Amino acid sequence: MHISIAAETVTHFLGLPISNSLIASFLTTFVLVAISYFATKNLKEVPKGIQNLFEVIIESLYNMIHDVTRDKKKTRAFFPVIATIFLFVIVSNWMGLMPGFATIGFYEEAEGGHEVLVSFLRSANSDLNTTLAIAIISVMSTQFMGIAALGFMKYSKKFLNFSSPIALFIGLLEIVSEIAKMISFSFRLFGNIFAGEVLLTVIMTIAPFVAPLPFMAMELFVGFIQALVFAMLTLVFMNIAVMPHEEH
Amino acid sequence: MELTTEDYQSLFTSVTIILGTVMPAIAIGKIASTGLEAIGRNPEAAGDVKSTMILGVAFAEAIAIYALVVALIIKFV
Repeated sequence: MHISIAAETVTHFLGLPISNSLIASFLTTFVLVAISYFATKNLKEVPKGIQNLFEVIIESLYNMIHDVTRDKKKTRAFFPVIATIFLFVIVSNWMGLMPGFATIGFYEEAEGGHEVLVSFLRSANSDLNTTLAIAIISVMSTQFMGIAALGFMKYSKKFLNFSSPIALFIGLLEIVSEIAKMISFSFRLFGNIFAGEVLLTVIMTIAPFVAPLPFMAMELFVGFIQALVFAMLTLVFMNIAVMPHEEH
Repeated sequence: MELTTEDYQSLFTSVTIILGTVMPAIAIGKIASTGLEAIGRNPEAAGDVKSTMILGVAFAEAIAIYALVVALIIKFV
């Protein structure tokens, strides 16, 4: 049984290493694009079939965002980033449970001399690179929304406030807090999904038939909750960022 | 008694995970109980309280995840 925190390199493409989680995230993107192509082909006024299903998903996401922002303009501005984060994370988490992930691969010499199995596909968010990328996008989008809503000078007053030494200190602490948010987002998602992978690997090594089922169910639930938490936290931080600085 | 590196690894993995799950569990329990109490007192604010509670629980959960990741790193790297 071999567990590696870093995603293993499967092949090289033009000198760049391609890892198994990168292939999985490409697959996620492909699935999302294919689904949106089929859902928006021949759009009907009264939706049927797959278009109907996706209208339900889009509408529930819209309502969830509207519940927090309570403002149609804000909801329309926030919706693309939040919905993309949610859909990407949930699709890649659930795809990581499909048969073939972490089980089909090739053998490779590892240090210590013995052979380890390197699988072709590994859940996209079990790689810290992917989660860090999504976290950076989320935090940077928040800054962008804040600047777009308040203007650059007013928004930077939240971080660099020269009116008093205490305010300056608090502002600098806010900058540190933004960095901490990036780390927190990436590690929350990475930790949950990677720990799930480790758990499933261990269970399948001990008892591969029937016993993994409750753990798979838990992983389905965890995958959904982590997508929801990531999207909701991004939404809440965006909402706070566009709020004008309250007078105390 | 000679302790090898592997012994230390196992020992500290378990200590990390014990502390890293007990304390967030207590924190999440406190957050959820305060949230439920608030909903009970003021059912109209249930939506607001619910979202804030989920947010708080997610933050507390993240700390437990940090501990888990460090434990895994100690054990396997």
